[in-house]
Amino acid sequence: MAIDREQLLHVAHLARLELPEEELERLGAQLNDILAAVGKVAELDLSDVPPTSHPLDVVNVWDDDEPWESLSVEEALANAPERDGDAFRVPPA
Amino acid sequence: MIDTLRLSAEDALGLVERGEVSAAELHGAYVDAIAERDPELHAYLRVVEEPNGTAIPIALKDVIGTKGIETTAGSKILEGYVPVYDSTVVQRCKARGLSILGKTNTDEFAMGSSTENSAFGPTRNPWDPTRVPGGSGGGSAAAVAAGMAPWALGSDTGGSIKQPAALCGNVGLRPTYGTVSRYGIVAFASSLDQVGPVARTVRDCALLYSIISGRDHCDTTTVDVPPVELPQADDLKGLRVGVPKEFNEHEAIEPGVREAVQRAIERCRELGAEVGECSLPRSVDYGLPCYYLIAPAEASSNLARYDGVRFGHRASGATADRVEMYERTRDEGFGDEPKRRIMVGTYALSAGYYDAFYGQAQKVRTVLAREHAEVFERFDLIVSPTSPIVAFELGARTADPLAMYVCDLLTIPSCLAGLPGLNVPCGLSEGLPVGLQLIGPQFSENTLFRAGYALEQAIGFEPVPERLK
Repeated sequence: MAIDREQLLHVAHLARLELPEEELERLGAQLNDILAAVGKVAELDLSDVPPTSHPLDVVNVWDDDEPWESLSVEEALANAPERDGDAFRVPPA
Repeated sequence: MIDTLRLSAEDALGLVERGEVSAAELHGAYVDAIAERDPELHAYLRVVEEPNGTAIPIALKDVIGTKGIETTAGSKILEGYVPVYDSTVVQRCKARGLSILGKTNTDEFAMGSSTENSAFGPTRNPWDPTRVPGGSGGGSAAAVAAGMAPWALGSDTGGSIKQPAALCGNVGLRPTYGTVSRYGIVAFASSLDQVGPVARTVRDCALLYSIISGRDHCDTTTVDVPPVELPQADDLKGLRVGVPKEFNEHEAIEPGVREAVQRAIERCRELGAEVGECSLPRSVDYGLPCYYLIAPAEASSNLARYDGVRFGHRASGATADRVEMYERTRDEGFGDEPKRRIMVGTYALSAGYYDAFYGQAQKVRTVLAREHAEVFERFDLIVSPTSPIVAFELGARTADPLAMYVCDLLTIPSCLAGLPGLNVPCGLSEGLPVGLQLIGPQFSENTLFRAGYALEQAIGFEPVPERLK
């Protein structure tokens, strides 16, 4: 199932990646090769097999409800590309 | 004069504890070794010249968050990012008095098998600088092999600790999923990522594992861990060792690698182990495609956080709106491999393809876990080559992503099953190290250390690269 240019642009937008023309072409070809290789998983009939999302049999892990120190506002904003007072500044939506 | 090429971490700790060498002197000796050898090898992205602990030094892969020390994960998108807190493993190293030597090179976001995907240039193999050190943790492996650190921490999603350890001739452990906290680690694929030790000896590896492992309330996937036993027995009496034929007879395995591993298996017999053949019929053929769906799918989600808002790179220049800022920031900041994996993962998770790709891969994962569990009813551990090939030339596999992915053929299946794996050097092929992979059931680290130690003593591998002697 080859992925065409339109699908490629759609997936890139879903992933919030702006891909220049040259990258789009190269990546498109590689993506088709990779998808053909990983598509091998379809060979197995696994209709009766449950999926595994996590390798350990751990469920409902709870912690004691004890407060501990969290980051200060200054620390949280220390790596901000742009800040505005106590907020992260971003371009308009 | 401290010989950093030959000094084990355990012996170094002894020197400091007995007051024969100060922690600062020891730190300085490694900084000198880095100054001498790293201009050629480029194992380090950042070196901390000032001693900062009371015991011995340690190097940290640059996916491990360090308070006040830039942490980039080998990516331009994190250039200049200085964490405001320490990851749990770093807190534990500091509590033990370890002195941070620096941050080691990695494929971007730990995605790769050669360290050539680092945005800051490749690391070279201390055994032959025209060759790669493996990856993604090539920096940590090269630093330990070249005496530029007594030990190091790496991270492993599909082989990033074991495979570089194999290519650089050191001991690396990928611990059981859930034994070591990932709090403060740059996430790649969260159902697979594990932090683990890289060392020159099995005992050093076990010691470092004992320092970093155990439940952490900041990472709810962690569990309590059996006490670590430093290995000391030099026999394998009573141990049942399985040799999965698909992992030992695959056509991708180079003859020299196969011979060295066969000799190591023979050693197991001589040391008293019961050795028998076994089969994992689907693990090798379906492990790779399964992994290259699950890991990219999780990566596409984890890497969504790099959006130019809270930390890391933001596209310069005016952008019309927020979405354009996100898209340009991510195009500028990510290199080719993360982009490929984000695209594959986003596609595999998108409407209409989820069941055929991601859902199916999760079922394959169940098949592989069951297959391994069955084998461990009859065997205490299984052995194979860690990497099918020895270290290859820089540039040899960069043009074809699938050729690079094959490097992880033998390390991936056990990662998907959440099993621990240990790489122990077992000889040379064409003058380059060959690694033996030991895989056990979940939480069998002590068995792996015991077997690894006995084999290490019997094999007598000389971990110092010939050209550095």
